[in-house]
Amino acid sequence: MSQDIFVVIEHLRGKVADISYVMLAAARVIAQATGGQVVAALLGHNAQELAGNLAADRVLYVEHPALADFTSAAYQTVLESLLREHAPRAALLGDTSIGGDVAAWLAARLSWPLVSSCRSVSAEGAVIRFVSQTCGGKIMAEGDLPGPCALVMIVPGGYKPEQGQSAQTPQVTSAAAPPLEGLRVAVDNYVEPDTSDVDISREPILVSVGRGIQTLDSIGLVEELARALGCPVCASRPIVDQGWLPTTRLVGKSGKVVKPRLYLALGISGAPEHVEGMGESEMIIAVNTDPAAPIFNVAKYGATVDLFDLAPALTEKIQEARRQRGTHHGAASS
Amino acid sequence: MDIAVVVKLVPDLVEELAIDESGAALDTSYLRLIVNELDNHAVEQAILLKESAGGQVTVIAPDLEGVDDILFTAAAKGADRLIKLTGAMSGVNNYALSNSLAAIIREIKPHLVLTGVQANNDLDGSVGPRLAALLGMAYVGYVSGVTPANDSVKVRKEYSGGLVAQVAVRLPAVLGIQAAGKPPRYVPISKIRQMSKTARIKDQPAGDLDAGNGAAVKHMFKPEMGTHATMIEGEADEVADRLIAIFKEQDIL
Amino acid sequence: MTIPENSPHRSFSESFIASLYDLPDGERIRTCLQCGMCGGVCPFGYAMEFPPNKMIATLRADVFDWVMKSQSVWMCISCYACAQVCPSKIPLTTTLMTRAKEELLLAGNVPTELQQALENSQRYGNVLGQSQRKRADWTKALKYPVPLMGQDRKSADVLWFVGDYGSYHPRIQLVSKAVAQVLAALGIDFGVLGPDENSDGDSQRLAGERGLFETLAAKNGQALRKYKFNQILVTDPHAYNAFKNQYPALGISYPVKHYTQFLVERLDQLKPLLKKAANMRVAYHDPCYLGRANDIYDEPRQLLQAIPGVELVEMSHHHTTSLCCGGGGGGMWMDGFQWEKAQARTTNWRIKEALAVKANTLAVACPYEPPRFEDAARNIREAAELAVKDIAELVADALND
Repeated sequence: MSQDIFVVIEHLRGKVADISYVMLAAARVIAQATGGQVVAALLGHNAQELAGNLAADRVLYVEHPALADFTSAAYQTVLESLLREHAPRAALLGDTSIGGDVAAWLAARLSWPLVSSCRSVSAEGAVIRFVSQTCGGKIMAEGDLPGPCALVMIVPGGYKPEQGQSAQTPQVTSAAAPPLEGLRVAVDNYVEPDTSDVDISREPILVSVGRGIQTLDSIGLVEELARALGCPVCASRPIVDQGWLPTTRLVGKSGKVVKPRLYLALGISGAPEHVEGMGESEMIIAVNTDPAAPIFNVAKYGATVDLFDLAPALTEKIQEARRQRGTHHGAASS
Repeated sequence: MDIAVVVKLVPDLVEELAIDESGAALDTSYLRLIVNELDNHAVEQAILLKESAGGQVTVIAPDLEGVDDILFTAAAKGADRLIKLTGAMSGVNNYALSNSLAAIIREIKPHLVLTGVQANNDLDGSVGPRLAALLGMAYVGYVSGVTPANDSVKVRKEYSGGLVAQVAVRLPAVLGIQAAGKPPRYVPISKIRQMSKTARIKDQPAGDLDAGNGAAVKHMFKPEMGTHATMIEGEADEVADRLIAIFKEQDIL
Repeated sequence: MTIPENSPHRSFSESFIASLYDLPDGERIRTCLQCGMCGGVCPFGYAMEFPPNKMIATLRADVFDWVMKSQSVWMCISCYACAQVCPSKIPLTTTLMTRAKEELLLAGNVPTELQQALENSQRYGNVLGQSQRKRADWTKALKYPVPLMGQDRKSADVLWFVGDYGSYHPRIQLVSKAVAQVLAALGIDFGVLGPDENSDGDSQRLAGERGLFETLAAKNGQALRKYKFNQILVTDPHAYNAFKNQYPALGISYPVKHYTQFLVERLDQLKPLLKKAANMRVAYHDPCYLGRANDIYDEPRQLLQAIPGVELVEMSHHHTTSLCCGGGGGGMWMDGFQWEKAQARTTNWRIKEALAVKANTLAVACPYEPPRFEDAARNIREAAELAVKDIAELVADALND
């Protein structure tokens, strides 16, 4: 058992995911209290260079051809053996498609306590406190991280990725992989995101719709608004699941991460899975009839008016403003 | 292909949530429970698989208010067996829930266990991977589409950024469902009512619901208002005017 | 050759047709002349693969499964236009169209938009999917008190059934507030059910979900039985239809009045209170469920004419030929689907009709209508000055307080 904090680095196809840096930032908070080291566990095949900018005290690199792609089976096996051996005070994993395949499995195998949906951590002496979000972000739950070892699943939002990045390359030690044969999960291939549609992650302005729009018809109103603003319409999960917009327009945990200058959220409650994809936008304006919607906790401006009334009014005023500007310019040039 | 589906009941977020006097839990007197939406997708995925490949579908849910309706609805969609996990199920964590579920699923011996990849009240990870560890099965989560292939299934696993991996998973396996291949179907109330007369729900005692060494919540609170948006008051027209002003300030217009 | 009634070989067409014959006047389907007037008068007949006459033709040809595979029945907005013109007096809306939707629903052939409204009704008791606990929130901080049965009183002369849209939809809440103001002005002793009230369910029934309708009706019946009152007042014609024509068979039987009827009965008392003169040229849109379905044409007009300064004009479609707003029979929840199939909105046509008779106000009496017509008016440049108002709002505006 040690006072170190492990961070399971998430990476896909040669790129470290932002959540890894967020976890390193959280790990640093705990390590400062425990006096242990921040140890990044990097699993991969020819992936050692990904250790480059991790803000860790050291990197444990596990190399194996079976780790070329993320698979739950390989990660589970490697991490179980690694964590048994090192028994850190805490091991941090992402509350993501990668960490989610592994964390609760490890908790059951190792009989370690697990805290999920953790947004931030703090320390008071030897006591490590967690704050997790629950009920779609409407409630926060706080408690002490049990010992001697614990697993923590981190959601984005509590720390900026830059806090977990370092200009210095940390010291890298190799750790041997346990036997990885007979794995029952294998990646056949990747399906690239559809590139025939607009790439919403590159757009400076986005209008986004959520369950609050009720009917397919109201997407028409929102599309008109988007047209006036000159931007595409994107959406939260329920809208895409209904088939009302294509998956290329999905913002959030399982969709795109967007950081536009303006994100206009209409009828979006602001569940953590959505906020993950848009929380870093420069300016968020939210319209939702429920004044208690968590989206208002990330938005700069909010309104509780009905969007059936707002969308057409706003469309008209935007067009009007553009016309005025048009005549203005016309007058100046003549 | 025989499939077991695990369904959880979670707080309905349409209703207002309140924190009880202890300050560490939701006020259950005010709480309304609803089927976890992703579990509903798991049921749908199971029925789709049954329709394409045959087999038996067993749906298991903890005994909480509204569970009978949820089970009969699953039966109306095509589930063959309904199991209600009885015991003091309110506020049970996933550690305890998974232990009792594993005992039941071991007896059913399904080829596939499906459950929602997460639930809005998970605080100790999700049920699926725990079950996989306890049952010695493979686990893949964030799945949006399952196709049977001999002794395995091919699944679409979603990553953030819109990337999707086609993953082969050897059976038996547990899958955490993000979305079924098709949106969950609607069943008319008449069919559910008929099921409530003909289908049988088997009560199965959950046994020991030991919460394990999990973290205890000491304090619950609503996210602070300090970070709250500046609210624009007034009718739609006034709000629109203010937004136009903001757009202009931001050089968006 | 005749196939015995219970033969497993009996075709779907045959069992379906038999189920139609069991309905009131269902046997009139036999008398169909195949004249095609139903499909002609239907606002969406042109967008249907199988308008009513063709549906009957498929029944006769024993190929009704063609209809079941198509989604064309979902274009039916249960507006009674077909039944109104049928020379053989076949009650097409209540028999063929509704039964066909029931079968489509059972077969799982349901547009996703409709599915959401039905799921909301099932779970929350209202189509908008809002918390039932907030059903009376609109009554808070009103100038005119709206007493809550159970909380404020146990009995009242009039029980006002407010309805889903009147309770939750921000536009229709304005209508509810207007009704409350008028009731207060008349000194009516009334109360509302608040959180105990559920959707009347009639449009869900006409969208094929009879079981849901019965469940909602039972909940309303149970809530109503708790209190003493003399009559039910409804603001929604669909609720009127439910209470008048459907609920009694389910053992829920009360005298019911639409608010236009209720106010006309009190016109002597009301008229002196209407002092603020307006300058309005009003075209009245007959809601399908007041007009064709329930023969209430005069009271709304009498009420409008009691408002000083109102000049009432008729659009080209009026009384029995009124043009549906597109919201009936589940259409309210399938606007996207309708648009996809028809590329047209009945509301747009209606707004143009109002403009053609130079009306400056389109008066309505059904909660489905204000948002639908206002949306349409926004898209028509010439309609910039056209106001869409519920009659209750016009009456309240004329009150001198």
